[in-house]
Amino acid sequence: MSVKGKAYIAGAFEHPLRKADGVSLAQLHADCVAGALRDAGLDRRDVDAFFCDSAAPGLGPLSMLDYLGLKVRHMEASEAGGASYLSHVGHAAAAIAAGKASVAVVTMAGRPRAEASSGQPPPRPFPASTPDLQFERPYGGELVNEYAMCAMRHMHEFGTTSVQLAWVKVAASRHAQHNPNAMLRDVVTVEDVLASPMIADPLHRLDCCVVSDGGGAIVVVSPEIARQLKRPRVRVIGHGEAHKGQDGGRVDLTYTAAAASGAAAFAEAGVTPRDVKYASIYDSFTITLLMQLEDLGFCEKGKGGSFVADGNLIAGVGRLPVNTDGGGLCNNHPGYRGGMTKIIEAVRQLRGEAHPAVQVPSCDLALASACGGSLGTRHAAATLILERE
Amino acid sequence: MTTQERAIPSPEPTPETEAYWSAASAGELMIGRCLSCREPHFYPRRYCPFCGGEATLERAKGTGEVYSFSVMRRARTPYAVAYVRLTEGVCMMTGLHGCDLDQIRIGMPVEVVFLPTQGGQPAPFFAPAQGR
Repeated sequence: MSVKGKAYIAGAFEHPLRKADGVSLAQLHADCVAGALRDAGLDRRDVDAFFCDSAAPGLGPLSMLDYLGLKVRHMEASEAGGASYLSHVGHAAAAIAAGKASVAVVTMAGRPRAEASSGQPPPRPFPASTPDLQFERPYGGELVNEYAMCAMRHMHEFGTTSVQLAWVKVAASRHAQHNPNAMLRDVVTVEDVLASPMIADPLHRLDCCVVSDGGGAIVVVSPEIARQLKRPRVRVIGHGEAHKGQDGGRVDLTYTAAAASGAAAFAEAGVTPRDVKYASIYDSFTITLLMQLEDLGFCEKGKGGSFVADGNLIAGVGRLPVNTDGGGLCNNHPGYRGGMTKIIEAVRQLRGEAHPAVQVPSCDLALASACGGSLGTRHAAATLILERE
Repeated sequence: MTTQERAIPSPEPTPETEAYWSAASAGELMIGRCLSCREPHFYPRRYCPFCGGEATLERAKGTGEVYSFSVMRRARTPYAVAYVRLTEGVCMMTGLHGCDLDQIRIGMPVEVVFLPTQGGQPAPFFAPAQGR
């Protein structure tokens, strides 16, 4: 069974906060859910399915359902890191196609900046029973140097350069200047990126995304409900997800699980990368976006560096506008998770509601893709293909 | 800039990996080997990740080459995390020790050294090969 055409994104909301002092995590979720339902023109009593990640407060979805006062017949709290929400939209579409739901809400929120300034020690991310943790903990592997090892190997095998990686950040900053909610609105140059402090070779500070508070939500509905609403119709036509890890020691850091999630999504949608007018691609680091562009088929493997150079990702300048909200690199990366904002900007583009300075003309086909977890150890990828009806 | 002493976080063995860490205490690097398909794997575990067969521990030569690395410049004491491809063919995450952080290269031959972690348990790191 395919989800193609069986579900529509009817509502999308990005929380305007980037630092959430004095706002609880549960309230951030409530703000996002209410915002997305308002955007869709639906009422909370219409909701019959709920999706969240493991960072939502409480046991799975249970506390949040109670807090929000939702009565649902389908619920899921599944975890794929920052890629979770793209998976959730695919799963919501499948549930709707199977007749198990008609109005699904996907929500995410986080407040790492407010928590850091509260003086509380950060919670330990994984328990000691995690089988691979003991083989990594002594070596100081963490997100930034694990992604950096992917970049280092990519440079070694394909000749990718720091200048090429910097173009990913330059494009994000050129878009973010038009986004009043973006954390970083100053336009930067390749030279600025290269002059920023080295964090973990070869990634500079400006190769890394922002840390922000906030969140977002998406409403996925059945075709029958979509036809009753007044919003432009955004159809889910393809979804794919995949996992990649260290593969028992057969480590290959040169590609991502988006190679599989993208292929599945394109096959389901029956379109090719050449058909895509706009792409939202998770940019936790510049290398994350560059590798996904290759793996999704926007260019040959190893040619991501030349593809992103010279402004090719900038709306109105390049061949493939990417992350026109400013992405995680400049706009927003709530709760260390970048997937939700990727879906939201793709919906804005398809509706023609992106900022006029970055709106892609007659944008009728968009892709959103994310890799959650760590590219250097284990991660999940999820890809959505969306169409303006 | 050469590698400096850094407090090394202790591993937390599980019942499945106590033998791996006991071997490390005796200065031996172990990998997993499947008793059915004979493929090596890392990290070691009870069942082969390739065929699901019963697996056993096997002593590795302790030699290999750097597959990739990154120097954590942001840390108070900069350090190098790496993947080393062992002579047996499997790749493992590790740290590089006893070398100039600015001279590390992909493909550099390395050999295992054991460094004490905070709790005393030795863990395998790698240093430039001495050609022994």
